[in-house]
Amino acid sequence: MVNLKINGIPVCVPEGSTILEAARAAGIRIPTMCYLKDVQCVGACRLCLVEATGARGLVAACVYPVAEGMEVKTNTLKARRSRKTTIELLLSTHRKKCLSCVRSGKCELQKLAQEYNCDEDRFASDNTPQPIDDLSLSIVRDSSKCVRCMRCVAACEKQTISAIGPINRGYAKNVGSPFGESLADTPCVNCGQCVVACPVGALYEKSNTAIIWDKIEDPDVQVAFVTAPSVRATLGEAFGLPAGTNCEGKMVTAIKQLGETSMCFNMDVTADLTIMEEATELMSRLKNGGKLPMFTSCCPAWVKFVESYYPEFTDNLSTCKSPQEMFSAVLKTYYCEKNGIDPKNLFVVSVIPCTAKKFECQRPEEGGYTDMAITTRELSRMISEASLNFADLPDTPFDDPFGTATGAGAIFGATGGVMEAALRTAALKLDGKAAPLKFHEVRGTQGIKEATYLLRGAEISVAVASGLGNARKVMEMIKNGEKNYTFVEIMACPGGCVNGGGQPYVHDEVRNNYDLKALRAQVLYDSDRKNKLRRSDSSPAVNKLYKEYFGAPNSPKAHELLHTHYVKRRLY
Amino acid sequence: MAQILFEDTEEQHEKLMKCIGKHRGERGALMPVLHEAQDIYGYLPYEVQTLIATELGVSLAEVFGVATFYSRFSLTPKGKHQVSVCLGTACYVKGSDKVLDEVEKELGIKCGECKEDRSFSLDSCRCVGACGLAPVMIVDGEVYGRMTAAQVKGILDKHKD
Repeated sequence: MVNLKINGIPVCVPEGSTILEAARAAGIRIPTMCYLKDVQCVGACRLCLVEATGARGLVAACVYPVAEGMEVKTNTLKARRSRKTTIELLLSTHRKKCLSCVRSGKCELQKLAQEYNCDEDRFASDNTPQPIDDLSLSIVRDSSKCVRCMRCVAACEKQTISAIGPINRGYAKNVGSPFGESLADTPCVNCGQCVVACPVGALYEKSNTAIIWDKIEDPDVQVAFVTAPSVRATLGEAFGLPAGTNCEGKMVTAIKQLGETSMCFNMDVTADLTIMEEATELMSRLKNGGKLPMFTSCCPAWVKFVESYYPEFTDNLSTCKSPQEMFSAVLKTYYCEKNGIDPKNLFVVSVIPCTAKKFECQRPEEGGYTDMAITTRELSRMISEASLNFADLPDTPFDDPFGTATGAGAIFGATGGVMEAALRTAALKLDGKAAPLKFHEVRGTQGIKEATYLLRGAEISVAVASGLGNARKVMEMIKNGEKNYTFVEIMACPGGCVNGGGQPYVHDEVRNNYDLKALRAQVLYDSDRKNKLRRSDSSPAVNKLYKEYFGAPNSPKAHELLHTHYVKRRLY
Repeated sequence: MAQILFEDTEEQHEKLMKCIGKHRGERGALMPVLHEAQDIYGYLPYEVQTLIATELGVSLAEVFGVATFYSRFSLTPKGKHQVSVCLGTACYVKGSDKVLDEVEKELGIKCGECKEDRSFSLDSCRCVGACGLAPVMIVDGEVYGRMTAAQVKGILDKHKD
């Protein structure tokens, strides 16, 4: 342990800690920009500069190690002046369209500029307009707002994709795709971790909510919103509610108030449906010697990852569509037929924590049932645009006939959730009534989790990974024969959908100090625990669907509407 | 920027693959491979960078980032005749920027580019150690001192085939 003083306060921290970590332990805030916990720590932006004894000049707190007897001053005039100048220099090349910026009010640069009383015009600005890359189906890059903090590059590198990188050097340095190509032409899997890593408005989702507003006004059209499991766990954050608040009821009320005829359905229902299809597919692969391990296919970024980096494994992906695509297919067929609606007049909007779902719903293999996919952030903007006071809204239940879902469907939004939900149903089918409900080994936010279960004498060896860096490790182990799994669940975003690329912007200081993934996931596990129905096969909505429409899991009708296929892609 | 078709001989490709084979698996293999590729082809086009990325198992963005960071590497081919104008301090205050403007106008390309027929390429450099002769222009290794914009056309014509 090392003893030091920060602003006169004695602190004792483990050896090797940085000044920033020590300051946090002492409850002292040091502003940061390029530093992002678990993503990047390079000491480049010079915003965390502090005075420390034994050091010449100011040092970067995020990388400078503590020493015995060190005295640190974080709040001196010298440090503040240096930070202020740094922010003003950043502002000189930043396109300051703050009022209309998608990030306004949640921008880290804006916040720092206000805190340090900066003059945005102190240095002559060089705002040569830069082209906006909006050709990707998921992500838009506006380089004129970029502050070169490299957090997006680090996030993409952590995903082992590196679709973007630094370009040129010095004043001409920029961030983007190589050879001036669009992100659409790179191996980008659309996970959106770059978007949630960006401190400013240089990266955002491709959005066209104006179309939804038009459809809401159209008297011939009914708009059906379908919300993914993890949206209710995070939407409140966009309106200042603490992380880990379940906003299911308020979310449904808000959506139904966006338009008089707007409907709000619960995507947990097709999460249950996915499990029925997927568990049946797994058992049939086991019985008939099909390709193993079987990979989950709910995550579109993971699917594109396999198609691009491991095309020889596309047959291992479950052919099940994702819950988003299943719900849209059910709405445009079963629901429309049952209610005498022309599918053209039902506009299906899925609300997802994800930017890759925007890519997924435009994949030709999916059948075009989803009209539009919007992120949690876009929904929050629509709610604001409708002048709704979100925090004070009453609770409303989801619309029927898909009102009831099981706890198994709810936990789909967290890493390990799909696996656990599938195991619950598979265990019942294989082992009968003795089947357990909890599979603790696959819970938690660790990157890779493994477990082996004995189901009716057969060993089922499973792996769960979140974050594509971890997914790649698992894939390499499978490829070189080191591991023989039966079933593998992958979610591209670290921690799963609760930490998705479409989730509300979180200020870096919150992200650096709280385990958001765990807080958000807890909402889903709590709602699972409180649900009387814990297994997907006990879902009345799903059983009704099979009885009235699909017959049985993996039936020809189910294959036609609820299953898909994959392509092999080239990287370049 | 003029689009110049990439041409690759079997001999060049083999040389590059040999170099990649030598460095594969090494930490920091990218730099020596890029150096070799730059020497083999005179520049680092898309085809060469994607090949290096695929073979070394690094991303194209990383290769491109390194290739654009160091001035040693070029993304455009060099012409049969290479023109360079010194923009070092002495040459610059003596008006080498006007000389460069004139060369750009005369060749119809920007600094750092190559003519589509690959006859001429144009670069700037920083100080060739001939400040007494400022401003300085170099064509195919020949140094021309005390340049004026008016002299540009004559000198370029001299080097034309």
